Amino acid sequence: MVENRPWLTFFTHLVLIIGVVIVVFPVYLAFIASTHSGGDFLRGLVPLLPGPNAVENYSKMLFEGISTAGAPPLWIMLANSTLIAIIIAIGKIIISLLSAYAIVFFKFPFRLLAFWIIFITLMLPVEVRIIPTFAVVANLGLLNSYLGLTLPLIASATATFLFRQFFLTVPDELMEAARVDGAGPMKFFRDILLPLSRTNIAALFVILFIYGWVQYLWPLLVTTDSRYYTVVMGIKRLAATADAEPQWHLVMAAVVLAMLPPS
Amino acid sequence: MQTKRTIFPNKLLPYVLLLPQLAVTLIFFIWPALQAVKSSFEREDPFGFRTTFIWFENYTRLFADPNYVNSLSRTAVFAVSVTILSMCVSLLLAVAVNRVLRTNRIYTTLLVWPYAVAPVVVGILWWFIFNPTIGILPYMMRGLGVAWNPRVNGDQAMILVIIAASWKQISYNFLFFVAGLQSVPQSLTEAAAIDGAGPFKRFFTIVLPLLSPTTFFLLIVNINYAMFDTFGIIDATTSGGPNQATNTLVYKVYADGFLGLNIGSSAAQSVILMLIVIALTAIQFRFIERRVQY
Repeated sequence: MVENRPWLTFFTHLVLIIGVVIVVFPVYLAFIASTHSGGDFLRGLVPLLPGPNAVENYSKMLFEGISTAGAPPLWIMLANSTLIAIIIAIGKIIISLLSAYAIVFFKFPFRLLAFWIIFITLMLPVEVRIIPTFAVVANLGLLNSYLGLTLPLIASATATFLFRQFFLTVPDELMEAARVDGAGPMKFFRDILLPLSRTNIAALFVILFIYGWVQYLWPLLVTTDSRYYTVVMGIKRLAATADAEPQWHLVMAAVVLAMLPPS
Repeated sequence: MQTKRTIFPNKLLPYVLLLPQLAVTLIFFIWPALQAVKSSFEREDPFGFRTTFIWFENYTRLFADPNYVNSLSRTAVFAVSVTILSMCVSLLLAVAVNRVLRTNRIYTTLLVWPYAVAPVVVGILWWFIFNPTIGILPYMMRGLGVAWNPRVNGDQAMILVIIAASWKQISYNFLFFVAGLQSVPQSLTEAAAIDGAGPFKRFFTIVLPLLSPTTFFLLIVNINYAMFDTFGIIDATTSGGPNQATNTLVYKVYADGFLGLNIGSSAAQSVILMLIVIALTAIQFRFIERRVQY
């Protein structure tokens, strides 16, 4: 702050508080809604203070599910989501580490081509090639399986990029020393490069876990069996029950549960 | 391309290391993309027995279809509004956080976390708030005499998805703006203050121009986001309706191809989308290489 202006400072805080309210309000409302019984919404106005039915709603969602909406108990979907997000994050990190290592520390024909093939995945998000990708996965017999849910999402240009940038900053002397001491490429990778990239891996894991957790379109396409539903698509199913108003108190309990793990 | 001064001499190993990444990329990215290009030039008969090569007919038909042209303009409106709304709000918040000294950690934490909320969940939250029968905002608006029902009114449905999509993106923009603001040298603003420039003048003549690289980067990222990552929000709120009012290009590819089973047309739409992404990515990377400075 350059000079003291009380009014401006007051205004700054006002802006921030309004901003925080805008950001928090929808989630607060969801939480409130999840603590009421279904009948409370029929009066036409959402209550603004917590109600008495929190335990009931959450346990119903977690362990029973809503059979009329074709939704299994939430804990199954939460487990699915966690599993899928972890597989995606770890898979992405492993194959990106390996390919970045190959690109930075080796010289071989078609190196540039390989780099561009990886790079091009940035330009082809799932959304723009929905049907042919679905066809490929269907032909491989991967519909309704964890492999089908995760494998197509595992290629990662951004992670490869990040590790490439990082590997380029690793001093050459480290590698020379390792070679003088007789370490082969894989030993160097395992004993020197991996420990060095630990912080990068940790940061990337968080981001990629969230990426896997919020996936919606892809799970929606490849799963028809409710055993493989992820929590994000399960919520959509609950909210879109045909012909009737959704049971908002239960939907919102599910929403709150789905938001917790990534945050 | 850059490489190390010393390298390992192995001939086969790099290929083995690259194999998993390349296999996934080729099978699930490149091959389907080529398939999409191929089937965009073909027409399949209703029973799937025969496909005929029809040159650009899918494309010409697409652009003659008023629904598609409508979807193009709707997407443009949507993307521009989301970009402007979320960037302005996050810039305002970022500037504010940059001004407060002691409490900025708390504000930052509170403002950043919607990043981790899935688009579909965002859609459901806002659908709940704007729900004509039980939502809280429609209730207040009825008090003001506005009939609110995004289920029948296309413009209101559009406003709903714009607000939901912008809300989700605020945290991302906010983080980048805060980072950008912190790299604006303090000495410049101090010098301007000594010369008698007030806070608003300083913002518009010094801070904003110096932020232009960040702003430009976010502009591209946000357009990209609004066009491609908002599928979940639209699917959870309006499903493209009412009467095609919020049918963005990505949603239309899904609706035509997966629900309507019109493979040729959907593939042509996919190819057009790919061209848009490629253009956006190219702009983005040209910019990153050049490091445009004001």
